[in-house]
Amino acid sequence: MTDLLEAMADQSRYSRLIQPDKVHGSLYTAPEIFAEELEKIWYRTWVYVGHESEVAQPNDYVRKTLGLQDVIMTRSEDGAVNLLLNRCAHRGNQVCDDVKGNSKAFRCPYHGWTYRNTGELLGYPYNQGYGGKTRTDLRMGSVPRVASYQGFVFGSFATDGPTLEEHLGAAAGELDRLARLSPEGKIELTAGWLKHRTHANWKLLAENETDGYHPQFVHGSIFSVTGSTIGPLYSDKSTAVVRDLGNGHSENDLRPEFRKFDEPMRWFGTTAERMPDYVAAMRAAHGDAAHQIMVEGGPHVMIFPNLFVAEIQVFNIQPVSVNECIQYSTAVQLKGAGEMNRRMISQSIGSVGPAGMLLADDTEMYERNQRGVEAKLPEWLDISRGLVRERTDENGFTIGAATDEVGMRGFWSHYKELMEA
Amino acid sequence: MTATEAHIDRATIEAFLYQEARLADENEYDAWEALWTDDATYWVPADAADIDPFASVSVIFDNRNRISTRLNQLRTGKRYAQAPASRMRRLISNIEILGVTDRGDVEVGANFLLIEARARGTQLWGGRTTYHLRRDGNDFKLSYKKVVLVDLDQALPTLGFLI
Repeated sequence: MTDLLEAMADQSRYSRLIQPDKVHGSLYTAPEIFAEELEKIWYRTWVYVGHESEVAQPNDYVRKTLGLQDVIMTRSEDGAVNLLLNRCAHRGNQVCDDVKGNSKAFRCPYHGWTYRNTGELLGYPYNQGYGGKTRTDLRMGSVPRVASYQGFVFGSFATDGPTLEEHLGAAAGELDRLARLSPEGKIELTAGWLKHRTHANWKLLAENETDGYHPQFVHGSIFSVTGSTIGPLYSDKSTAVVRDLGNGHSENDLRPEFRKFDEPMRWFGTTAERMPDYVAAMRAAHGDAAHQIMVEGGPHVMIFPNLFVAEIQVFNIQPVSVNECIQYSTAVQLKGAGEMNRRMISQSIGSVGPAGMLLADDTEMYERNQRGVEAKLPEWLDISRGLVRERTDENGFTIGAATDEVGMRGFWSHYKELMEA
Repeated sequence: MTATEAHIDRATIEAFLYQEARLADENEYDAWEALWTDDATYWVPADAADIDPFASVSVIFDNRNRISTRLNQLRTGKRYAQAPASRMRRLISNIEILGVTDRGDVEVGANFLLIEARARGTQLWGGRTTYHLRRDGNDFKLSYKKVVLVDLDQALPTLGFLI
């Protein structure tokens, strides 16, 4: 504790807690660090909130969380997507109760104050108490900056700073890759969300998403009983790479393995013959490029701090406290993909969520990890795997072997930058 | 059905439900698996009880094949979400015989309350289950089990056991 307090007193404390080859255990357990993360990460940088397809029609709305805050994602009549904070300007009551719906306005149940779905105050009862309709200065709070990419809606509480596209950088290309799997070039997240309460610090999840070292061990049980071909992608012999995409984003690039086989739909655990309608629609839409797209498959990318795309699933990680977070997960739906969408839902149910045959085991590791780091010694977590062999690819990104911790090092480097800003 | 037959049926049905519950509580994977018919469905919806499981994600939506996969994963001993296995006891109550399905199965509804203990902590699960029971000699087999958790719209902790 003394070490930590000294470190906290130091201007460059995060440089001491986060080193190139190791990070301090207190980063996962100290409530004061979590409180600082809320201000410097969750309520500053671009955070993934929802998808435009969840509010497809004018006046649709859906409740979301951003950090600890309850947010209403609305589509106003002009088609714009808004992120309103679920709080009445009068007494701070929650204005919206329903999880989703369609409405032009929200009425606070406490004193009947009514707001347009853009947050503008429409009126309040018995207005003579205010000398008439005088309080037009009041409105619901909203997330200052809202932007979307491939329909993924992000919010930032910083009124200025990097644009979403600047923040996404090279990771934007991974979302493009996902959209290309649709014959119409569009994805939708309309299959609902599994909500998995996880008794672990959110960073353990973010680090694990592109950790290629764990799958053979944590997921060996399901790989062995299903004869899955996923395991070898994350072996010592795999030609897949892990790539630091910058700004804390990272990916497991499995394409080198899939290119070796050159079999369309192998990435999805099937063959082109078994998906004739989808394959035909892709060929019609993408022409000669369809073959390569269907060989290479979906991205496996962690977008800092909370959006994870695992080929056919999307995860939204939201913190609750220093030792608790919620994983929201759903199946990607590809516009115009017909039969493929149903299969993605079925595969996702089998894999993710509280009973998922993959994710429940990851979650057990997160929770064991959280209990583990409560032990005081050896103080540090090692993130050095692959430092001896990491290299720069043709585009200038740091890459490592399939099982290396390049992604984690990229995560921590960006985290440190934000926390010291 | 005479009054006596209905009474016997109810006793047999209750005995089947209690047996199924005990086998699940005690992680008796082989005996639990043997209860199912070949066309079985095991379903735990998420969000709402009336979702379309082909269009929305569920917590569990297993056909017979996937029930086997789930149990085979448990049998490896390396299904870490259940290694070590949860310790559990569940109570079943408010049993109602609801009718007969198109396939001739008896539809039964019942409430349950389940206490699960593991390193994460002790967790209370509760809800209502719909069972479809198919005559198999003097006993039944299970062709459908839908478990509607009372908190199905909330964030749930890991559910690695047989519910």
